Amino acid sequence: MAGIVGYGAFIPRKRITAEEIARQWGKDPETIRKGLLLKEKSVPGIDEDTITISVEAGGDAITRAGIDPLKIGAVYIGSESHPYAVKPSGTVLIDALGIGPDVHVADFEFACKAGSEAMFVSLGLVESGRVEYAMGIGADTSQGAPDDALEFSASAGGAAFIFGKENLLADVLETYSFTSDTPDFWRREGEFYPRHGGRFTGEPAYFKHVLSATRAILDKTGLKPSDFRYAVFHMPNGKFPQQAGKKLGFTQKQMETGWIVPTMGNTYSGSSPTGLAAILDVAEPDDLILMTSFGSGAGSDSFVFKATELLPKRQPLGRTVRSMLDGPKHYVTYGQYAKLRDKIIVNE
Amino acid sequence: MPSPRYWREVPSRLRLEAARCSSCGKVNYPPRPICPGCRGEKSEPTTLSKTAKIITSTVIHIAPDDFLFEAPYAIAIVETPEGARFMSQVVDCDPSSIGPGTDVSLEFRLIRKEARSGILCYGFKAVPTASWEG
Repeated sequence: MAGIVGYGAFIPRKRITAEEIARQWGKDPETIRKGLLLKEKSVPGIDEDTITISVEAGGDAITRAGIDPLKIGAVYIGSESHPYAVKPSGTVLIDALGIGPDVHVADFEFACKAGSEAMFVSLGLVESGRVEYAMGIGADTSQGAPDDALEFSASAGGAAFIFGKENLLADVLETYSFTSDTPDFWRREGEFYPRHGGRFTGEPAYFKHVLSATRAILDKTGLKPSDFRYAVFHMPNGKFPQQAGKKLGFTQKQMETGWIVPTMGNTYSGSSPTGLAAILDVAEPDDLILMTSFGSGAGSDSFVFKATELLPKRQPLGRTVRSMLDGPKHYVTYGQYAKLRDKIIVNE
Repeated sequence: MPSPRYWREVPSRLRLEAARCSSCGKVNYPPRPICPGCRGEKSEPTTLSKTAKIITSTVIHIAPDDFLFEAPYAIAIVETPEGARFMSQVVDCDPSSIGPGTDVSLEFRLIRKEARSGILCYGFKAVPTASWEG
């Protein structure tokens, strides 16, 4: 059996509140807080990007795994904000973490599910015996156009998972993927900000794929929602994952730990993976955990994990998601946010 | 920084690889073929810890073009537990709040961009252990 042998997450320390963004555009902050269930979001520093977030998260994953990084045979980073258009993010990461050069590296993209995509492929390579360990990462410094609904959610962070066959922290009991061509959200080559179909991103996109993948994995495993201690769904805003979970029969208590979007925002490819990391930070042996990602375009990957006896021993070896969300942070103004997010043009 | 030079410095910049002099034990960062402490020519590779203490610091108000958006920011000479000293930007803090003795961790960050179309140079920056409170 294969599963997670190490995990880590990283969330930048800067924050902007929904009120601050709403004030800039003359919108009612209460509508955002109550409508989208968003209070604040993480903001990357001027020196933080998908690569730096991945390296920090990946370093904690190696520490928790307690393995020689040279044994990692594959590394995949899923993101829609890779810093280079041409040149991999993963090559910087393997050199920074002492992995390789005998390693297969690729960058993945599938809107917000590129992270679970990287996890899925990593798991498959380990299960097949092609590599001893593989690392799958979901990380983003998400883009949101000024005065767009996305600006209230698009944030920065990510999580890394090392898959292996021995000394597991969580078994992967099953996976299921559900995919269709659904143009609900996209960014064309050379465009700075993504565009989306407004309400079309809901029923035919997010809910159809998240519900279908989750129902299918429940059928495949014969498990019921009540069998799970925790569940996390992709978090484009606060409301969608709550609605999806309730439709599927999950309770607020099951979703609370992984539902980190109100204070983190939507870290796109890092969203449900970081929620999973928050769950692994506190899960106990034999706990069943469900994760279902969603990526526009569109598709969902579902995973069923079962925590092992080893997990509690490895939890303290790295930073917890909650410590980064609740720990030292600095609130920026909209002007500072615009500067940090490259929304201000200056002379060369 | 030209790409070949950045590439040559990857071991020290991306992995904090240093050299411990076999004669006097001094840790040199980045590694040097001849120890500046004793002129010894033999050394063992070692990796620096990702923690350090600030020895001295200053605040840059008039920044070079590449760091225009970051001013004011702090620059410090930090010392790792191995005794290696090097210069580092100190981030995620109020620049005026740090000084000699401040404990820092070393985090992987983007150091600079070569204008709008050049390579991205990565490495480590110092973050105070007790950065922004509350």
